[in-house]
Amino acid sequence: MTPLFRLLLIALLSLPAVLASPGRANEREAVVLGLSQNRVAITADFDGSEILVFGAVKRDTPIPADAPPLEVIVTVSGPSAPVTVRRKEKKLGIWVNVDSVLVDSAPSFYAVATSAPFGAVLTDIEDLRHKVSVERAIRSVGAAMNIRGAQDFAEAVVRIRREEGLYSLRPSTVTVDQQTLFRTAIDMPANLTEGAYTTRVLLTRGGEVVSSYETAIDVRKVGLERFLYALSRERPFIYGIMSLVIAVLAGWGASAAFQLLRDR
Amino acid sequence: MQIYLPIAEVSVNAFLLLGLGGLVGILSGMFGVGGGFLMTPLLFFIGIPPAVAVATEANQIVASSFSGVLAHFRRRTVDIKMGLVLQAGGLLGAALGVVVFNHLKQMGQVDLLVKLCYVVFLGVVGGLMFIESLSALRKSRKSGGAPAARRQRSWVHALPFKMRFRTSGLYISVIPPVLVGVAVGILAAIMGVGGGFIMVPAMIYILGMPTKVVVGTSLFQIILVTAFTTMLHATTNFTVDIVLAVLLLVGGVVGAQIGTRIGTYLKAEQLRILLALMVLLVCGKLGLELLIQPDELFSLGVAGGH
Repeated sequence: MTPLFRLLLIALLSLPAVLASPGRANEREAVVLGLSQNRVAITADFDGSEILVFGAVKRDTPIPADAPPLEVIVTVSGPSAPVTVRRKEKKLGIWVNVDSVLVDSAPSFYAVATSAPFGAVLTDIEDLRHKVSVERAIRSVGAAMNIRGAQDFAEAVVRIRREEGLYSLRPSTVTVDQQTLFRTAIDMPANLTEGAYTTRVLLTRGGEVVSSYETAIDVRKVGLERFLYALSRERPFIYGIMSLVIAVLAGWGASAAFQLLRDR
Repeated sequence: MQIYLPIAEVSVNAFLLLGLGGLVGILSGMFGVGGGFLMTPLLFFIGIPPAVAVATEANQIVASSFSGVLAHFRRRTVDIKMGLVLQAGGLLGAALGVVVFNHLKQMGQVDLLVKLCYVVFLGVVGGLMFIESLSALRKSRKSGGAPAARRQRSWVHALPFKMRFRTSGLYISVIPPVLVGVAVGILAAIMGVGGGFIMVPAMIYILGMPTKVVVGTSLFQIILVTAFTTMLHATTNFTVDIVLAVLLLVGGVVGAQIGTRIGTYLKAEQLRILLALMVLLVCGKLGLELLIQPDELFSLGVAGGH
């Protein structure tokens, strides 16, 4: 390994650490975060979950007297995946899919909780920079320009998922105490997918982000759910045979049971 | 009681699934249809992803058909030989159907194809069966309940490779049953159903089988075709949800037993009219969905064509 290459490697390796470090040098206020749980276990009777996000603001210097009030934004984002959005149009009297747009990356779940109305806690420019609102969190750079209203497609993703309870904006649901303590509860619906759910806390003053903190909530299937899911992916043939055997046994069992009932 | 389905990745009420399974099971046992054409749209409606609904439904049909066919075996109303001939065609058709299905999936038009198939076939089959059985019912009333006259000899009887089907009392060429099997197999794979609602009328009107053995034989051939479909879905798309299947089939197998018994109390013509009405009802509902402007013009799909 050449020295130059080694240097480059070290620089690259340390880059994410610098970016992700919660208390950057120029930040005077930093987040100390607590979660009621940092993992969600999907069991057979899983019916949604509520996660309590709470924390405090650590500061070395006192708040300047003229500083705008501290506001807090909490976002929870599920794993992102590309989504194909199709649009229907009336052709020959029936409604058919006419065109489609690939949205490169849309989170499977997205919740934003703020301590005041959204417009009051974050400016549009800061929203664009930090990708806080769900409209910004969705990426559709690949949207074909030859389709009119490509923006409509990204909006459709937000609208449809909002109706399914997967996307939500909950303004004024974060309580901030003494500009130091904050807490909120994020409801997670029953139809969650597995993965790491990125949880972000942003502190803002006058619409500008002054500090941010990021952690992850691990959502995983456990027990029987995990076993069946893993089996279906890793041993699909055995899983298929098992499904058929269960089906045939259940069919035979019911038939035999009814036969007994009738013969008595 | 809510239960989380590991493959579908949604949480649904277990009793709702048991109830749906039971209801469709009763119809399945009464008419010798797998019930897929009713259950699949119902599963879409309660929020199961379509790919999972179609694949799991195939597995559930195996159970309810197996349960139903045992009752028919006891009453000796299954033409095993005819069933095997139909199955041979059915497997070939199912394989062809999967090829067509995957091709259209890439074009993003599979939903439309499936719905159009439903509307056209349910409409034609339901309409014909309704008219025919209504006139048969009227005729049998006039002549004081005497059985309808045997069918006339048709083109079906003029083909080569004749085979004797003792249970059905037929001596016909194997070509029509194999072709019927292929056609039903293709449709079954595309529409995600067992195909009983097409098979039953085809047996009665094309092959001229007695109504008495049609139901049992249809159930018998459906088992193998849907078992084949289940394996195809489980190994290629990973979309068979066993928890969903178990809940549906527990309700389904019990329902099928009840349905088979109800079926024995009804006259063949009455059974056919009821089945025709049900088929037309589903057809009408799906047809309206295509004609009326949907509330949401956009739909989301998983990228990559899977």
